[in-house]
Amino acid sequence: MSLASASLDRAGRPDRGLNADALNADARREAHGLFALLSPGLFLVFAVIIVPVGWLFWLSLFDEAGQLSAANYARFFEQASYIKTFVTTFKVAFFVTGACVLFGYPLAYMLSQLPRRAASICLIFVILPFWTSVLVRTYAWLVILQRKGLVNTWLMDLGVIGQPLPLANNFAGVVIGMTHIMLPFLVLPLYASMKAIDVDCLRAGMNLGASPAATFRQIFFPLSLPGLASGLVIVFVLCLGFFVTPALMGGGKVIMWAMRMEQTTSLYSNWGAGAALGVVLLAVTLALLGLFHWLLGTRVTGVWSRR
Amino acid sequence: MTKRLCIHGLVVAGLLASVAVPASAADTITVASWGGTYQEAEAKAFFDPTAKDLGITIKQDTTNGLDDVRLQVTGNAVKWDITELGADECARGSKEGLFEKLDYNVIDKSGINPKLVHDDWVGISYTSVVLIYRTDVFGDKGPKTWADFWDVQKFPGRRALSGSQATETLSVAALAKGTPIDKVYPVDIDGALQSVDKIKGHIDAWWTSGAQAMQLVKDGEVDMASIWNGRAGTLRKSGAPVSFSFDQGVLTADCMVIPKGSKNKDLAMKALAKFVSPDLQANLPLYVDNGPANEKAFETGKIPPERIKDINSAPENVKKQVLQDPAFWRDTLVEATEKFNNLIQQ
Repeated sequence: MSLASASLDRAGRPDRGLNADALNADARREAHGLFALLSPGLFLVFAVIIVPVGWLFWLSLFDEAGQLSAANYARFFEQASYIKTFVTTFKVAFFVTGACVLFGYPLAYMLSQLPRRAASICLIFVILPFWTSVLVRTYAWLVILQRKGLVNTWLMDLGVIGQPLPLANNFAGVVIGMTHIMLPFLVLPLYASMKAIDVDCLRAGMNLGASPAATFRQIFFPLSLPGLASGLVIVFVLCLGFFVTPALMGGGKVIMWAMRMEQTTSLYSNWGAGAALGVVLLAVTLALLGLFHWLLGTRVTGVWSRR
Repeated sequence: MTKRLCIHGLVVAGLLASVAVPASAADTITVASWGGTYQEAEAKAFFDPTAKDLGITIKQDTTNGLDDVRLQVTGNAVKWDITELGADECARGSKEGLFEKLDYNVIDKSGINPKLVHDDWVGISYTSVVLIYRTDVFGDKGPKTWADFWDVQKFPGRRALSGSQATETLSVAALAKGTPIDKVYPVDIDGALQSVDKIKGHIDAWWTSGAQAMQLVKDGEVDMASIWNGRAGTLRKSGAPVSFSFDQGVLTADCMVIPKGSKNKDLAMKALAKFVSPDLQANLPLYVDNGPANEKAFETGKIPPERIKDINSAPENVKKQVLQDPAFWRDTLVEATEKFNNLIQQ
């Protein structure tokens, strides 16, 4: 409302009505009112996000003696393990996101095609684990995947394998455990966007002679992209900061960035050492979001911008 | 008139509050430790008898270690009057000036190893890092020394070591090289790292918590591991097929401190004096496998003789083990840990 009247002013329409001043005053009041409504939220964002993050950034610039220095950042290049941790973090996030798309897309597609009632029941099975503690689910995976766990015992009893498969305490274990936890973050937005696809578009395609496969490829899939993109970004970004599952399922061999933060915070006497890790993760995450926006922004306008 | 009455009322209430609050606060101290069965044992052994003796209330909290203390002290929000830490954390925190000075006129230090008696921290109990193996895999012919653990030809099998406690893993790595137990400290860090380098390809898990070490052994995920003796004892008691001994164990001490800025410093001092007294120290092994830091506890007659042989800090067992030196790690921990991390993540 306020925006509209403002642009109207800027456009400088010649036929200023007699009540233009009153209307403008009204619009300003409304803008102020809206801002007042927003201000508690803005204040909260400022107080609990902007200020602490700024403080974190500030702290990361001081070394153990309290002197201004780049030591906390230089450490990442001096100690090979930091770079290794960084690479591992992205590798895990990449594989988990990939696995989530692989399992999540067909699942969301199936859910979107089911009758409403059946879909609701199936959705419960997606959401139920979502509400269960991450710790509990991770331990459950450990019980299932370890050397003498369910999977290996069954496969050995059936004679499928002679040696237990290395599924826990390694990279594979971390990816399996995290995929399970991340799947709802991909499925839910994807399902929502698939449900929003107008069936008439698909029918029109078919009517014009497109095969079901072509309809899916040319109509359904492109229309589901905004949901897929937002799910993908949520999963990838959440993966970057993951702690519990890699700590328990990685057997100490898969060290992710958040685990490194915990180690560093207790190892060094200055908060800056850990803060620098946080700053790097934040910067990289923002850069990635920017990249996603740039890559996908034009195609998935519904999600990325309102223009 | 009503207004003045109100003000008077407020003043009286304020006075009452200012009298009442410190009085009750002075009778209460808060002690933080590691939680779990260990802290339950400490409550029975130390906290409850002390509270009764001094006529005070001891509230309990749990800690994650030095960073918690650092957060409270540097943030000027100290909520603990006494907290437990690992001895190397005490040594590091002391260097950072995070603790109040202890008054050894109040605290009787006799019977405590002088290496664990410092201006601002004092030893409270011992944990040992021991070698555990599964008897369903090795019978009673399992690896007995760290050299055995490192010998992958003679003792094939899956292995776990601590990845989070670089100090402990470097100590056992030095033992594995054949360093005699009285020569391990000061640790030749580069030599110990080379020793870790030899075994690291055969390590199936680097554990990061006591619970994880226990789970790895219990579920047969590994056949041998380094583990804390309390956890090993729990496994044996639960009937798991395991064997371990104190031979070549690494004795690591826990300590207690009064965080700088504690509001009940004097009372905390009195309570701490009780905690380390031989009488209460002798209670600890009655409830848990962590041995007392005060060796006079063994002279109190409270600990049954048949129990003494299972206690890691009993004089007989101390002889078989390496005593981890907190002062050494105070100055070397950061560098050694970074190098250790670089190595095991390669």
